[in-house]
Amino acid sequence: MGAPAVLEVERLTTDYGPVRAVDGVSLTVRGGSITAVLGANGAGKTSLLRTISGLERASAGQVRLDGEDLLGVAVEDIVRRGLSHVPEGRGVIAELSTEENLRLGGLWRGADGAALEEAYALFPPLRERRSQLAASLSGGERQMLSIGRALMAGPRVLLLDEPSLGLAPIVTAQIMQLIRTLAAERGLAVLLVEQNARSALSIADRGIVLNLGRVVADDAADALAADEDLRQAYLGF
Amino acid sequence: MTRFIDLTLNGISTGAVYAAVALALVMIWRATRIVNFAQGGMLMITTFIASSVIGSSGSYWLGFAVALVCGLVLGAVVERVLMRRVEGGPPLNAVIVALGLLILLEAGAGMIWGNTPRSFPPAFSIRGYDVGGTTLLFSPNDTFTVLVVVAVAVGLALLFRYTAVGLRMRASALAPEVARLLGVRVGRMFTLGWALAAFVGSLAGLLVAPSVFVGPNQFDPILIFGFTAAVLGGLDSPPGAVVGGILLGLALSYVSGYEGASLVTLAALVVLIAVLMIRPGGLFSTRKERRV
Amino acid sequence: MNAALARLRAPQSTLLRSLALALLAGVALFIASELLSAYDDLQLASGSYYFVVLAGLTVLTGLSGQISLGHGALMAVGAYTVTLLVGNEHWALVPALAAAILTTALVGTIVGAAATRLRGPYLAGATLAFAIGLPALADKYPNTFGGANGLIINPPTPPSGLGSSFPLERWEAWIAGAGALVVVFLMRNLTRSGVGRSFRAVRDDEIAASLCGLHVGRVQTLAFVVSAACAGLGGGLLAVVLQLAAPGAFELGLSLSLLTAVVLGGLGSLVGAIWGAAVLVLLPGWSNDLAHSFSLSTNVSNNLPLAVYGLVLIVAMLVWPSGIQGGVRRIIAVARRILRRRIGGTPEKLDKHSTQDQEEQPNES
Repeated sequence: MGAPAVLEVERLTTDYGPVRAVDGVSLTVRGGSITAVLGANGAGKTSLLRTISGLERASAGQVRLDGEDLLGVAVEDIVRRGLSHVPEGRGVIAELSTEENLRLGGLWRGADGAALEEAYALFPPLRERRSQLAASLSGGERQMLSIGRALMAGPRVLLLDEPSLGLAPIVTAQIMQLIRTLAAERGLAVLLVEQNARSALSIADRGIVLNLGRVVADDAADALAADEDLRQAYLGF
Repeated sequence: MTRFIDLTLNGISTGAVYAAVALALVMIWRATRIVNFAQGGMLMITTFIASSVIGSSGSYWLGFAVALVCGLVLGAVVERVLMRRVEGGPPLNAVIVALGLLILLEAGAGMIWGNTPRSFPPAFSIRGYDVGGTTLLFSPNDTFTVLVVVAVAVGLALLFRYTAVGLRMRASALAPEVARLLGVRVGRMFTLGWALAAFVGSLAGLLVAPSVFVGPNQFDPILIFGFTAAVLGGLDSPPGAVVGGILLGLALSYVSGYEGASLVTLAALVVLIAVLMIRPGGLFSTRKERRV
Repeated sequence: MNAALARLRAPQSTLLRSLALALLAGVALFIASELLSAYDDLQLASGSYYFVVLAGLTVLTGLSGQISLGHGALMAVGAYTVTLLVGNEHWALVPALAAAILTTALVGTIVGAAATRLRGPYLAGATLAFAIGLPALADKYPNTFGGANGLIINPPTPPSGLGSSFPLERWEAWIAGAGALVVVFLMRNLTRSGVGRSFRAVRDDEIAASLCGLHVGRVQTLAFVVSAACAGLGGGLLAVVLQLAAPGAFELGLSLSLLTAVVLGGLGSLVGAIWGAAVLVLLPGWSNDLAHSFSLSTNVSNNLPLAVYGLVLIVAMLVWPSGIQGGVRRIIAVARRILRRRIGGTPEKLDKHSTQDQEEQPNES
């Protein structure tokens, strides 16, 4: 595995025409740790992830993975650099089967049956439904599928966009624990975008809060969770 | 009764050709959400090339092979150079660009080869089989037509279902953004999709050329029939394209036999309108029916 | 004085303005026809009937957002109606043209009603089938329609009041020109009227339009009927000018050329229809000249106009979607900006003058 991965984002700015969705955001995430990105709807969290993975074009700033520039790399090549992005809504391809979705994740590096077995070991419910169309999976199962598929690529950095969306609290807690374990065991650098700030902060090491595209708080997760004013103002609890 | 059998057999063999064109259209639609109105022009060009190769080399199968290869290349080039710029935009733009390409190809063919339709040899004998004293309207060439189209359709189905490339192509068509995030080179998959579709189209051109003759405008009706068959089966469904092709072939064969050959295109129009009115998604529609 | 001027800007000015424009155009056409040679008068006549068709087609495609590849076949309906009525039944010219308009409008109602459920490529495919299939009727019923050779009628004789040596071509140019003027007047009013606005509303957002009380299907069918009526008149005029209606004149190439002309001129622009008509009339001649000066073979020169149309469609969609009229409009806008800086008047006042002259914005696809 080598040295832990480092994802560095420096004064990143993204514009959609006249609207500035991401305004000078800076952060650093190290392998084995989780950084939560929090804030209200429209705060720029999704835009931040989409800019890092290349789906949106940055107007200014830098993104580096292990010192190498990521901006300007084609979206198709981002995963080859070691960064996996699980998009908003999970991006599970409903018309393909569970197994096809998983295989798709590992195609670029020619992942074989062993990688597939690993995924099923990690997510037993998926094994049961391996030949079924992904459309028939429950919300929690789809989340497992999207994470499993991202892991098939063997990433060093994982971007997760609202994994708890639409999930029951129990399932959310399970998924969060899973992410915590994966980050620790595999040394993944995880950037976790969440509306559910409470559950995100419960597993994160650090947290940043966005408002209107700007960072308004950047601190250890515990400190953020303890700051009542901040919670009320931006995080809703 | 023999007439009915004859028309049925004839319908199956012409239907196989329509199925091939429909398959080409469906593949491109599934991949890039464009109806390739230039398909008729593209297969016309490759058939002309085959005709020239056969004429100068004397070998049918050489011309056959060259046409198929040219189809692959032409499909790839058209997608990369032209269609890439209108993919994902308003549908009207892609329609107009495809039509422009159709006109350009037909004019270009007229410039190179002239506008007089010329004959084209069939792959095998076109003399009908002798059954119990009567000659059927179905020949070895027809058998070849049906078999080769079925083989190609099955081959493509296997490709899409069981190979890594097929998986990549399906993912690119269904969810291009997600596919990109997973490292699939979506652009290349689109190009490959167009290349394969044009390959199938070229095949259709070679199979139908003996009966329609080769000329810049001779393949216009085939485009209509292929489009109708594709809509009949469902633009999203490759098996639908094959079934739609056969069904349309049968229907038009009966119309031609009992009402006259000149009404065939109008009959196709009637079928097209009927499908679009009653069941716009086609026979095999899987997606939820949207307004077409 | 200002009050009088203000009254002139009241709503009725659209009607008056259109009438004034039509009259001006009429005078210009009259003068041109007197000055031009017989051959050029024939070109003028051709340009007029093409304009008639294109005016309807550009309203359909630009204002109403529906593509049609079948207008060549609709022209055929008008042409055959005129040749049948004038040739077999010996009708007079104007009633025959009126009948052509009505017949084609009827066909347009059927096609349009079917078309309301279709969008984009499906509509294109269906109208394409129509374009290829309809001329086959001439083969199916050769006795009525004259088969591949078509039907011939006698040329229209100029009234005796104009003198016995009045050139036939000029008379044809006057007839076709009159048709074009009527269409200019009617179409210009239509595009600026409530009906025209309903076309645009349905094009831009069907759901919003139906929430405002517009019946989407009826509006779209109406657009089709209007454009079909124009095509019928254009086809009828074509039959008068050429004294012939034959299937070969109405093949797929015609429908595609019409579409090209409309795209080239600028979708939705009546002035663009003039450009498009000019191209349709002049291009074959130019390409022939080009072929001669470069000693190109007949194969090349025959197919050159079509090749140009194909290139135009591709290039227009990729590079220049708003066509000639869009380009002209941009030049005018730049010129206005320069003028404004020179004169130094308030921008709003100058704009209010200019909006009443503006054609409908082309459909920026």
